Amino acid sequence: MADHRSDLWEREDTPPEGAPAPQPAPPAPPAEAVLLPALKDAVLTGIITGLLLLPLVGFRATESGSGPLTLTYRFGLVSVFAGLVMVLRLVLNLTVWRPGRPPRAKSAALAGVSQRIAPALKPAFFAFALLYPFIAIVFSGSLSLSRYWVDLGIYILTYVMLGWGLNIVVGLAGLLDLGYVAFYAVGAYTFALLSSSVPLNAFFDAHVAEGFWASWSFWVCLPVAGLLAGLWGIILGFPVLRLRGDYLAIVTLAFGEIIRLVLINWVSLTNGGAGISSIPPITFFGVPFNSGDDGFAAIFGLDYNSMHRMIFLYFVILGLAALTALATIRLRSMPVGRAWEALREDEIACRSLGINTTLTKLTAFATGAMFGGFAGAFFAVRVRFVSPESFTFMESAVILAIVVLGGMGSQIGVASAAILLIGGMELLRNLSFLKADFLFGSDFDPSLYRMLIFGFAMVAVMVWRPRGLVANRMPTIFLKERKAVSGALVKEGHG
Amino acid sequence: MDIFLQQLINGLTLGSIYGLIAIGYTMVFGIIGMVNFAHGDVFMVSAFIGLICVLLLTTVIGISSIFLILAITLVVAMVFTGLVSWAIERVAYRPLRGSFRLAPMISAIGMSIFLSNFVQVAQGPRNKPLPPMVPDVIVLMERNGYQVTLAYKQIIIMAVTAGLLFGFWWLVQKTPLGRAQRACEQDRKMAALLGINVDRTISLTFVIGAALAAVAGVMYLMYYGVVNFADGFVPGVKAFTAAVLGGIGSLPGAVLGGLLIGLIETFWSAYFSIEYKDVAAFSILVVVLIFMPQGLLGRPEVEKV
Repeated sequence: MADHRSDLWEREDTPPEGAPAPQPAPPAPPAEAVLLPALKDAVLTGIITGLLLLPLVGFRATESGSGPLTLTYRFGLVSVFAGLVMVLRLVLNLTVWRPGRPPRAKSAALAGVSQRIAPALKPAFFAFALLYPFIAIVFSGSLSLSRYWVDLGIYILTYVMLGWGLNIVVGLAGLLDLGYVAFYAVGAYTFALLSSSVPLNAFFDAHVAEGFWASWSFWVCLPVAGLLAGLWGIILGFPVLRLRGDYLAIVTLAFGEIIRLVLINWVSLTNGGAGISSIPPITFFGVPFNSGDDGFAAIFGLDYNSMHRMIFLYFVILGLAALTALATIRLRSMPVGRAWEALREDEIACRSLGINTTLTKLTAFATGAMFGGFAGAFFAVRVRFVSPESFTFMESAVILAIVVLGGMGSQIGVASAAILLIGGMELLRNLSFLKADFLFGSDFDPSLYRMLIFGFAMVAVMVWRPRGLVANRMPTIFLKERKAVSGALVKEGHG
Repeated sequence: MDIFLQQLINGLTLGSIYGLIAIGYTMVFGIIGMVNFAHGDVFMVSAFIGLICVLLLTTVIGISSIFLILAITLVVAMVFTGLVSWAIERVAYRPLRGSFRLAPMISAIGMSIFLSNFVQVAQGPRNKPLPPMVPDVIVLMERNGYQVTLAYKQIIIMAVTAGLLFGFWWLVQKTPLGRAQRACEQDRKMAALLGINVDRTISLTFVIGAALAAVAGVMYLMYYGVVNFADGFVPGVKAFTAAVLGGIGSLPGAVLGGLLIGLIETFWSAYFSIEYKDVAAFSILVVVLIFMPQGLLGRPEVEKV
């Protein structure tokens, strides 16, 4: 009995760090013992794939004018897919999943390199973000040609900021929020409604200066939008914070949907599904981006180019995102941030130690919501049009996916996940080369497959790395020695 | 009174459909403690499988008996949807079973996006209408020109739901599979130690939930006569609301919750405003969760250290 016990203990011991665990390779089974089961398994997988695809790919209910639906058949496509899956499975069975294959040891040299470059990663990242518009201009040849790339940068940074904002709620405090887009919507609509409001415009014209509201509204409304979104975070958070885990997720989802439905149906305030389109453009702290004498270009002695506004927008969102990151880093080392992380790890222990859990959760909710509101106001001034269409559940799902894929709580992970996901989605939009005759033909629409691939990638990444891209976490407070905590040791979402 | 009776009938019909979907949520939550986000889209896929099957039977094979068509469609949709759900569990959820709680949920959200877009790509984005099936109605009463009617299809929906629920109840309470399921629900590790094949039980739970969703899908198709690739999300969330309202993990609760949600939705549309009917359903979800998190028939959750 004693022997057995010591054996158990030994096996649970972890190998010394860096060195690959010495594992005796099991004797390789004979070739036919591998091939036959692999073949059987592959054929079975192929048959199942065929059956799965048969009803919805094999048949298609086609509209013929205004008449009844007719069926068209695509059995060839089904068999091609089934065959592909079968071959892929067979290849995998014989290579990666081959029984008796020694597990690949993690390269020690690679781990050393990644450890050495880790401290330089964040400054490099930030420097690249700062220089990005100029790099884009240099590589695309001229200011006007870089429009697409700068726009893409703004788009990605918006999601980086949203991811960092949600990271406070999900990653730090461990509260699963599926309705984050509600606060994004509150911010966007706050700015849109205030800036396009005629009475406000008239009031400021009469009392402050002519044209004041048109040029300053964004800078005045940005904090207002953040505060209002934070207030909504408290209003929505207060009743639901007694709930735990999944229930909280569903209630926040319901709130997100309620806000969207109210935006659609309250036509007298929000103009319903048609949206609000008379939003004034952003100004350089009061100086408009136009070709006039008092415009940005004239004052700074540049040739007028509409790209100036875009580049300014880029730096505004970069600043907002940096603000979010900085605030998060500072908050993490303050009592409230410590309380968030403690709450994520164990709510009951938190309560026993005298932490006011309701207040702690509310601050997390409100802080996250506030950054969502900032991002919303920015979104409204960038697009200059808001409608409920932009604030669907899909948007919340994408932001949450960014946070989780990035490895919850890790700032750099969230940023990389945003770049990967949003950049990847944008890449899929540009797959027009697939329209070539020798591939799929000109009636093939690659953009249809964008969300299909996105959904599939979400599942695949979760299965491949359930802990996200950056699964290690540095504790903010430590005894004697700072040690990275593997993500597998941290539990989340018991809020 | 007339309007009330009519709405009662409509609400019970709608509630039956929600109840059938809600069982899938509540069973999966009971056994592995995850919200199967893709379940609403599985329901939508089943409605499409039903559509294809009906078209195949009417235009290609040429069966004219509507009841035969319905019966065959039900069986075909149940089998294929069960297979789809089995594959989803196998590919997207099983590898994540030992992982942290958020992982399967994110995977399920991805699956939900995948399924709705898969159907959009495979079948096209437009609404798919069918000629009305079983259009006959019974006039229950008539006063001042207002008829209270009970359509045959409403009778079919309620009868099929009731019959299936009985069969399902029998399955869970009286068969070895049901016993294994209840055992896994209580303690998965202990059940495995006692020789229950936990993986198989969980797979079968998914298959059964999907089969019930397939019945709901075919009934939905028959009732409304039209289906679209985006039809999974809202019924899915409402069915989840129903499961929560009844007490998640409780099977009779899911049905009760479904009926209540159906009734609330129809009465709200009839007496207040049709635009805000979804807001009403979601608000109920919020109110119930705040004041009665264990639901109507659920057990209160005990907090353990």
